[in-house]
Amino acid sequence: MNFLSVGNPKRLLKPLIILFTALIIGLGLMTPAHADSVGEEFDYAVVGNVKVEGEPVAGVRMTVEGGDYSASTVTDETGSWLIGVPEKSEYSVTIDESTLPAGVIVLEGGVTQEVTFKLGDRVVQNFFIGEGERNEVAFIDQVIARVIYGINFGLMLGLASVGLSLVFGTTGLSNFAHGEMVTFGAVAALILGVFLELPIWVAIPAAVLLSAGMGWSLDAGLWKPLRSRGLGIIQLMIVSIGLSLTMRYIIQFFIGGGTEQLPGFDSPKINLFGSVALSVNDLYSMGISIIVIVAFAFWLMKTKTGKATRAISDNPDLAAASGIDVDKVIRIVWIVSAAMAGLAGVLWAYFRPGIKWDMGTQILLLIFAAVTLGGLGTAFGALIGALIVGLLVETSSLFIPSDLKYVAALVVLIGVLLFRPQGIMGRKQRIG
Amino acid sequence: MDWGTIINNTLAGLLTPTTIAFALAALGLAMHFGFAGLLNFGIAGFMAIGAYGYAISVLTFGFPWWLGMIVGILGSIGFAILLGVPTLRLRGDYLAIVTIAAAEIARLLFLTTAFTDVTGSADGLFGYNKAGGFTDANPFPPGSYGFGPWTYNSETLWVITFGLGVLAICVWLLWALMRSPWGRVIKGIREDEDAIRALGKNVFAYKLQALIIGGVFGGMGGIIYAAFANVSPGVYVTSITFFIWTSLLLGGAATIFGPVIGAVIFWTLQAFLSNILPELSSSGILPVDGTQAATLRFVLVGIGLMLLVIYRPQGIFGDKREMTFVK
Repeated sequence: MNFLSVGNPKRLLKPLIILFTALIIGLGLMTPAHADSVGEEFDYAVVGNVKVEGEPVAGVRMTVEGGDYSASTVTDETGSWLIGVPEKSEYSVTIDESTLPAGVIVLEGGVTQEVTFKLGDRVVQNFFIGEGERNEVAFIDQVIARVIYGINFGLMLGLASVGLSLVFGTTGLSNFAHGEMVTFGAVAALILGVFLELPIWVAIPAAVLLSAGMGWSLDAGLWKPLRSRGLGIIQLMIVSIGLSLTMRYIIQFFIGGGTEQLPGFDSPKINLFGSVALSVNDLYSMGISIIVIVAFAFWLMKTKTGKATRAISDNPDLAAASGIDVDKVIRIVWIVSAAMAGLAGVLWAYFRPGIKWDMGTQILLLIFAAVTLGGLGTAFGALIGALIVGLLVETSSLFIPSDLKYVAALVVLIGVLLFRPQGIMGRKQRIG
Repeated sequence: MDWGTIINNTLAGLLTPTTIAFALAALGLAMHFGFAGLLNFGIAGFMAIGAYGYAISVLTFGFPWWLGMIVGILGSIGFAILLGVPTLRLRGDYLAIVTIAAAEIARLLFLTTAFTDVTGSADGLFGYNKAGGFTDANPFPPGSYGFGPWTYNSETLWVITFGLGVLAICVWLLWALMRSPWGRVIKGIREDEDAIRALGKNVFAYKLQALIIGGVFGGMGGIIYAAFANVSPGVYVTSITFFIWTSLLLGGAATIFGPVIGAVIFWTLQAFLSNILPELSSSGILPVDGTQAATLRFVLVGIGLMLLVIYRPQGIFGDKREMTFVK
């Protein structure tokens, strides 16, 4: 509000008026209950909240009209507003687009929308607003951009998923703490790259190494002893839930509840064709994911350890009988799985962008969806599942509100279990 | 350190609408996991459906409170059928993944701005207790009741009385069901599904019935919680599911009173930790700031859950022979 009035050249010529305006606004801000609310004497109210990308927008003018009543107000610093109305009936709510930040417009439903009171004393009216350019982009360009984002997201989801699938294949454990392994990689990169100020090309490989170390120590310190104790699969699964809670809140303990950024997260965008633009980070991310996945595939198919891993997935007892050191292979599987999850975390931190203590919980269900879709316990199935889930999450926001994009993936997860429970690559006997 | 306040707040945690609500949810999980062996990681979803079913039917459709609560229960029955039909024929961990995913779908649908008119999105819903007449149905005249830490105004007393009544009915129902022939079949399915199938029982139907009954308990928990606090999508996150699991395993999964007592211990302990940890940090005994001290109690929950499952999976009151998930 303040800067808006200063930015107006007419008022610059009249400093007294600026002073006067600033005083009124200043007084208004001191008592925010009055700055964003009018008509509080009435019993009923229309309320709402103006946010762009989750950030509240202050100073947006809202008007409510109905019958012969009309009132308007501006949003406060939390983006919320309240207009009292004399009776429960129909009102039209108008948002003044010229008071929104530059480039932000109402995306759906128009600037004036109707509200009707139900039984409550209040009715909420929020507008779906965002960057204005989105509507001007041709639909086909949007589709192409979303598909590329989807492949990018799918590849990093694949990095995280194959690890979960390998662990499941070799030990039978559905590891609910896998999401926290993803967060751990991102947080390790944050600590090394931002708090210790190491160059990012040192910090990221070091973060992946730390994740690998985490995988080693979790197997050595927790999972191996529990396997020796002979804990059942369901017991192990609940232990992994306890571990997930512990790790999640330890991470919150150290980095707090806010969102942190890695260095260089706002890399420049490169225009590919039409209006499709990708950031340098996106290109790096896809390159790294593809290289790591190819290397992983080579390891799993061609090396001795990889073959042993697949043998244990097929039949642990037979593998042990034919001279494979099962515990050693499982240890390696945990290390590989944790390292890849950590790398996925770093890449995802650039993709989102941002690092948050509960980001692992968000991605865990998508990982489960990818693994189930591909077939539990199959490494390449998990990869295909991850690509499908990634594409689905990103392209679904073309058709449904973007805050429901994860829902599409989870609905598909349930759908798969209805019609093909063994997944795309799975075999029927695995589902028991 | 103000020990008086800490002890007072801790003892107050023994009997609150929140404790009753989570005891009901834990009872539902006992039906699912303890007796039928079903891995339900979506109990938060059942609570959310119950709470939103009640609030939405009052606010949007103008139902009276009792009809709204019935709608909430019908909602959790529908949710159980929706989850059970695709997954109950599959191995247990599929049900685990599907229930956790479905609970998250429900939460995201309540959170999205697309249905703000009905769900209130991130702000949640409020005012339905008054609009639906639940507040007016309060038989207690205004005033202060109880003594010491258990002093309530008439509105809280009404919710607690109502909640305790529902809890008592549910505990009785679970006890009666579990000593009936139906309960023996359910326990048999937990022990050896194939043996029960060989006896000619329809295992799928029995599992679905167990899922529905436990789901109704969970939904009632959500309704009791909504009768006291506002309905807000931030409550029904996966962490809440895991907290309910912790309280269930604490008391004993395959017992009748275990989940109730487990929930009481869990939420009393939470009240104690949330009072003492900030005190310890502000008096300099713990070298952490206030927010970190608050986070610490959830770290302790996680560690506690792990230790519990490893060293005493049958819980405080359970019998280890009843825990088939312990191999």
